Amino acid sequence: MTADNQLTRAQRDDLRTIAGMIVPASDEYKVPGADDAAIQADVLATLGRDTRLVVAALDHLARLAGQPFAELDATKRNAVAQEFRKNGGAAAATLVRVVLQCYYRDDRVLRSLGLELRAPFPKGYVLPDGDWSLLDPVRARGGTLRRAP
Amino acid sequence: MAESPEKRRRREEDLSMKDPVDVLIIGAGASGAVVAWSLAETKMHIVCLEQGGWMNPAEYPSTGRDWEARFFGEWSSSPNVRGRPEDYPVNDDNSPIKVVNYNAVGGSTVMYTAHWPRLHPSDFKVKTLDGVADDWPIDYDALTPFFEENDRMMGTSGLSGDPLSPLTHPPMPQQPMGLSGAIIAKAMNKLGWHWWPSDTTVATMDYEGRARCVNLGHCTPACAQGAKSSTDITYWPHAVRAGVELRTHCRVREITTDENGMATGVVYYDKDGVEQFQPAHVVIIACNGVGTPRLLLNSKSDRFPNGLANSSGLVGKNLMFHPYAQIYGYVKEPTDSNRAPPTCLWSKEWYDTDLSRGFVRGYGVQFVRGAGPVFEAVVSEQKGILPWGEDHHRVFRKLNGHRLGFSAICEDLPEEHNQVTLDPVLKDSHGIPAPKIDYTISENSRKMMDHALARGREVLETAGATDICVNSPIPWGGWHLLGTARMGTDPKRSVVNEWGRTHDVKNLFIVDGSIFVTSGGVNPTSTIQALALYIADQMKQRLANLFD
Repeated sequence: MTADNQLTRAQRDDLRTIAGMIVPASDEYKVPGADDAAIQADVLATLGRDTRLVVAALDHLARLAGQPFAELDATKRNAVAQEFRKNGGAAAATLVRVVLQCYYRDDRVLRSLGLELRAPFPKGYVLPDGDWSLLDPVRARGGTLRRAP
Repeated sequence: MAESPEKRRRREEDLSMKDPVDVLIIGAGASGAVVAWSLAETKMHIVCLEQGGWMNPAEYPSTGRDWEARFFGEWSSSPNVRGRPEDYPVNDDNSPIKVVNYNAVGGSTVMYTAHWPRLHPSDFKVKTLDGVADDWPIDYDALTPFFEENDRMMGTSGLSGDPLSPLTHPPMPQQPMGLSGAIIAKAMNKLGWHWWPSDTTVATMDYEGRARCVNLGHCTPACAQGAKSSTDITYWPHAVRAGVELRTHCRVREITTDENGMATGVVYYDKDGVEQFQPAHVVIIACNGVGTPRLLLNSKSDRFPNGLANSSGLVGKNLMFHPYAQIYGYVKEPTDSNRAPPTCLWSKEWYDTDLSRGFVRGYGVQFVRGAGPVFEAVVSEQKGILPWGEDHHRVFRKLNGHRLGFSAICEDLPEEHNQVTLDPVLKDSHGIPAPKIDYTISENSRKMMDHALARGREVLETAGATDICVNSPIPWGGWHLLGTARMGTDPKRSVVNEWGRTHDVKNLFIVDGSIFVTSGGVNPTSTIQALALYIADQMKQRLANLFD
């Protein structure tokens, strides 16, 4: 069974809503919000071992809201979200983490950050060798290794 | 009906297992690989049992776009989070520092930062020099040739001549300074404090069949390029070619003994979960500071009711982790982020005892180049410096790619109440009792950590960093598992003698980090391996009277 099926419709709505509050869309940076359909699909498809805690977090969110979180008005939603972030414990932290780990691998987001759309292997990256004359003062100061008897 | 090839192979394998092997090594990690390779030249029949399997670099995280997300799951450094069948659970609820390790051919060298300092000569004589803990029964000079041999085998990079570190001769040049290294170096120079490019086991040029580093990102969760040295790609191919038999997915339950108090072999579960007995003339344990006491404590018998080799009562005691005091911040200039090995420079400015600081002994520092975007987002959100909502994007762009870190590896002195015991409830997938950790950070360590954080803050502020954050200790920082079967000449105060043989069982040896007497203030793997080479050399020299 996929994670998609492990979350109820109401839970998926709440997840999308809280994700959009964590990272909203931005015209300025030309990025979608974490409630974007493609990012949400990635979250649901890759929940895997995190499903249990994410479901627990969504249950907690619904309890705090007293009704589906997604159906609250904006003021109440903000208050519940703040409480959820403050006291949600490991479950809330897991939900936030799975949202962020999918958001920050989305092509549109990485492009906006100026990052390449690829895995590190096999190309890797190039590092400047640096100015090793910076070591001259260290050499000049010298020092001695503590002697052992 | 003719016997199938598979059935015949199993039958022959079963038969061969009935014969005692000359040497049986438990664990194929940092020290097990070393001792297997070194003893192979004796042409003895050597078998190594490893609970994990061979690694497949094509599956390493850096080969995929989800490379960072995998650190939080199946590539977590915590065995409790990973929960692979090869892992065993650890009850570390009663410890502010959680155990991290890896179980596979290569052991935790598959998952380490490749930072490669050695213990200093003074670390072997802390009682004499500073009046604390105990001196080691051997000194640095005894290990010098083995450090050198190990550096060649593992393939180290670095710059010889650090005035505040033992002299090394890395066969490859140091890693590039990069953007982060330059910022740190300038700040340290302004403050007049020591720094030097780290020795590492990252290949900076093609070396012994390993390709040079191309900066895939963080080295810790395995290197797809093979540039980071782990014993599955360094020692093990040589050892296997020399005739050592390595059996994978074999988990040892206990070491058996006879009426004379000699080890007779081990009981283990093979890859199919079937209980097997492998007799052996010599048993060598290489399971490090948690796995080794766990195995000894699980090897109780009428003759050894408190666990094997435990007449001193010190098996599992004196656990040393190295509490890490980490401080990091964000500079305006871009740093290397995830586009480089994580560590580049070290400092030994505060390594030696200076009682005016308010504590005894000291710490090494490893500077950290940065973090990838997912890690940055997740950790900064947890720290409360990355907001939810509209300002998220602006703040994230200020943080991402601008991080610099300072991590102090504080010398942890041995204290008997810091210990590994057997959990009365928790068991691994084979039903073997799991280890339980009880550990507290001492007052001396706390003062040391606070001192390090204050110095780290000075460095970061001198570099222009803001939004400074602290992890003290790093909670998931129990990489170094030391001291739980300590070395010494007095059988009442130690578990193994000065050449690794247990005082109580004359054909049982320990070669891993559990035999450390004190921990120093540096990453221990270089010293663990030098020590394993030294013990193997001692064994070879004494083959005619090994059990006397």
